[in-house]
Amino acid sequence: MKWEIVIGLETHAQLSTVSKIFSGASTAFGAEPNTQACGVDIALPGVLPVLNTGAVERAIRFGLAVGGKINTRSIFARKNYFYPDLPKGYQISQYELPIVEGGTLTIRVGDTEKTVHLTRAHLEEDAGKSLHEDFSGSTGIDLNRAGTPLLEIVTEPDMRSAEEAVAYARALHTLVRWIDICDGNMQEGSFRCDANVSVRRMGETELGTRREIKNLNSFRFLQQAIEYEVQWQIGEIEDGRKIQQATVLFDPDTGETRMMRTKEDAHDYRYFPDPDLLPLEVTSERLDAVRSGLPVLPKERREQFVAQYDLTPYDAEQLTASRELADFFDTAASGSDARIGKLCANWISGALSARLNEEGLDIGQSRVGAGQLRRLVDRIADDTISGKMAKDVFDAIWAGEGDADQIIAAKGLRQISDSGELEKIVDQVLASNAQQVADFKAGKEKAFNSLVGQVMKASRGKANPQQVNDILRRKLAG
Amino acid sequence: MSNATLKELSANLAAGACSSVELSHEFINKINNLNKSLGCFITVDAERTLVQARAADARRAAGSAGPLTGVPLAHKDIFCADGWLTTCGSRMLSNFVAPYDAHVVQRCNDAGMVTLGKTNMDEFAMGSSNETSYFGPVRNPWNLETVPGGSSGGSAAAVAARLAPAATGTDTGGSIRQPAALTGICGLKPTYGLVSRYGMIAFASSLDQAGPMARTAEDLGLLLNVMAGHDPRDSTSLERPAEDYNRDLARPVAGLRIGLPKEFFATGLTPDVQRAVEAAITEYKKLGATLVDISLPNMELSVPVYYVLAPAEASSNLSRFDGVRYGHRAAEYTDLMDMYKRSRAEGFGAEVKRRILIGTYVLSHGYYDAYYIHAQKLRRLIAQDFTKAFKQCDVIMGPTSPTTAFRLGEKSADPVQMYLSDIYTIAVNLAGLPGMSIPCGFDGSSLPVGLQIIGNYFDEARMLNVAHQYQLVTDWHQRTPPGVK
Repeated sequence: MKWEIVIGLETHAQLSTVSKIFSGASTAFGAEPNTQACGVDIALPGVLPVLNTGAVERAIRFGLAVGGKINTRSIFARKNYFYPDLPKGYQISQYELPIVEGGTLTIRVGDTEKTVHLTRAHLEEDAGKSLHEDFSGSTGIDLNRAGTPLLEIVTEPDMRSAEEAVAYARALHTLVRWIDICDGNMQEGSFRCDANVSVRRMGETELGTRREIKNLNSFRFLQQAIEYEVQWQIGEIEDGRKIQQATVLFDPDTGETRMMRTKEDAHDYRYFPDPDLLPLEVTSERLDAVRSGLPVLPKERREQFVAQYDLTPYDAEQLTASRELADFFDTAASGSDARIGKLCANWISGALSARLNEEGLDIGQSRVGAGQLRRLVDRIADDTISGKMAKDVFDAIWAGEGDADQIIAAKGLRQISDSGELEKIVDQVLASNAQQVADFKAGKEKAFNSLVGQVMKASRGKANPQQVNDILRRKLAG
Repeated sequence: MSNATLKELSANLAAGACSSVELSHEFINKINNLNKSLGCFITVDAERTLVQARAADARRAAGSAGPLTGVPLAHKDIFCADGWLTTCGSRMLSNFVAPYDAHVVQRCNDAGMVTLGKTNMDEFAMGSSNETSYFGPVRNPWNLETVPGGSSGGSAAAVAARLAPAATGTDTGGSIRQPAALTGICGLKPTYGLVSRYGMIAFASSLDQAGPMARTAEDLGLLLNVMAGHDPRDSTSLERPAEDYNRDLARPVAGLRIGLPKEFFATGLTPDVQRAVEAAITEYKKLGATLVDISLPNMELSVPVYYVLAPAEASSNLSRFDGVRYGHRAAEYTDLMDMYKRSRAEGFGAEVKRRILIGTYVLSHGYYDAYYIHAQKLRRLIAQDFTKAFKQCDVIMGPTSPTTAFRLGEKSADPVQMYLSDIYTIAVNLAGLPGMSIPCGFDGSSLPVGLQIIGNYFDEARMLNVAHQYQLVTDWHQRTPPGVK
């Protein structure tokens, strides 16, 4: 490969506080325009910002979760520019001294693990929304979102492919929900990424000129936008043109990126410390309090799953997609051996996930509880039912017909593992299927499967398939 | 009754000698008679005033009156007052009716005080003569051809002319003290953080501080008792136990160490002002105070430092006035940028524009370090000068303003001359210290001279004590402008 791709991401995670970062107005999504904007949010004359300590706590949680440095003193600054949905004419953000510096996030692409380094994470407020439709030529302003708390998480240019960028975004998405600081709702804009993309010839040490793709609010768009942008940049350079530093937008309809502004028309934001807010001090007591409230993190949970249940790193990754899922698995598999653990993992990643997806539910809304799943798995493990029968039992549990044992009893689904009983059935099948027996003996392996099928049918599906196999082979060989 | 002090009005109301409604009528009538020539008030609303007055009388009848219940006062038009036009002296807000009360206004309302109206001021508190107001100048009651000082010129002139027994003001670089000096009244700028800035339209957030303006030191303390107090809506508001700022009024000043900075008595000070201030200091000496020569070596930097930092903050604070949500919007425009430009060009006056331009410049990329950061460092040095000085003395005294009231238009064409009006007051804001001005004599043209008293942080009670002891032995504060009865 001739070109190396270099990607850094800036992610805006909306912090899950009930009220805004500098006012008491609600942050709930979807209200009528301007019904969740108080005097502070609409920047009336004379109003002042008061920092929401819940937002600070969430930023600290994040910093601790990624192993970053929590600055004991950080500064809120004003970023000055005019726009109708920016009521004060400045955004309160952190500039020179952010609350979190450094930290890492581990990502996995295929079988390869990689560490992405974070530059910083800082607190800031969101702007409102400009509504360009429905106002017959005018622009409407909705300030409900103005002042919503954001944590902007910035990486080093560590990613080398769109896949890595998506893996990072997914890992970050998992983490912010895991530690309860962001609901991760991408449709509502609670989690959105800007991607800084550049390319350089393999072996070059200087970074190429980057272009920043703004506001990607799905993993698919992130992937598509980077792939398009990379090809575009390579094309430009190969055609002898230079890349100009710029901000671009991704159009999901065309799958293309297009220029928004170049560096030349970039604003001079005139950052300076906000005199309305004191420096943000974080004491070691506060740090300890937040640390003690942190859950076991995804990376540790994965390692624990691999060690305890002998799961593959891939399976462990699947089961730690959310804390609820990991807890579900842990509850289901608790006190079991590797075999049952593995079975639980397969059932969760397989039938259960499929069913949840189908019905648009998340794990917390699963109609089959962790205990119920475990009791089902136990009946598979002790050969009471076959895997195939278990699917029916699973569906019955989902439908609310009771627990595994009740359903097995009610439906008479108990697997026939009694070899005496099975031999009787096999004998009857052999006796009434002389043609297939002859075919098998003539070397037609297909005939064997047909005989197995006959036995299963005769047992009304209850025969233990492995035992049927064994008995049939023995009798046919005899 | 309009010549009475807050303390006297309080006593009269308590004794049933008058009602709040009667008092309010009396002041409203005076305002109606004199405001045309003085220009003190931007908004008067007798109906609103009388509603409050009636409520105060009812409260008194119910036995739940506080010391200032029923006492009228005027609010500088920089404070938002629910339902009142709140213009900040600007065309930009000439149509803005505040939907909420500033903390200061709320505290006064809670105390049962009655709002007489909103006083004129330099536009967005930027000025030292009250000539930058969109609503026209305020005239000094001592001589109608002269300015009352600024930016709280309307409040100062109203108190001097007995149109209000007291008023609120704000002081970013001297805007309470300098007009108090020029109109012969008392004004106090408290320690930064003592009075909440919530609802006070911001000029330079790190310097702005509200304070009382009245005719005696004792009245300042009464009003400060109402105005001061922690407010969780202002992050720079200090959490301190409530105190009675008049608790030490009776303390003798014998043994008081008065620091006299040599920089306050250097070139630029007019001889008449110097003479009156020195006479006041002599009076203190007679009362047993000792005089200490001190130096504030970095004080000469305070005006240039202030004119970097205050405009920097102002340029950002005034960005919200964009014509989008409230305030003035140009009648015609072609697009968004044009709307911004026209609305702001029409809405702001020349001095405000000058400061927005200066502030934008000093914050710009490439200039920020040389101006803003440098000025912040010097600000710390200026504050350290005071810290050192207060090791040698209890209070610092000097002139409030280098001159007495100047003529309307005299300095309008020369901003630097105008800025130098605040040469003795600005350093106090940069350090965040409390400072006050009390009358201490007159110049050859019978215009009042102000004595500035600067205290250490949170030493308001001591400063009021020092001022009160002087007012017990002098009568400058009781002098009345000609034509005012």
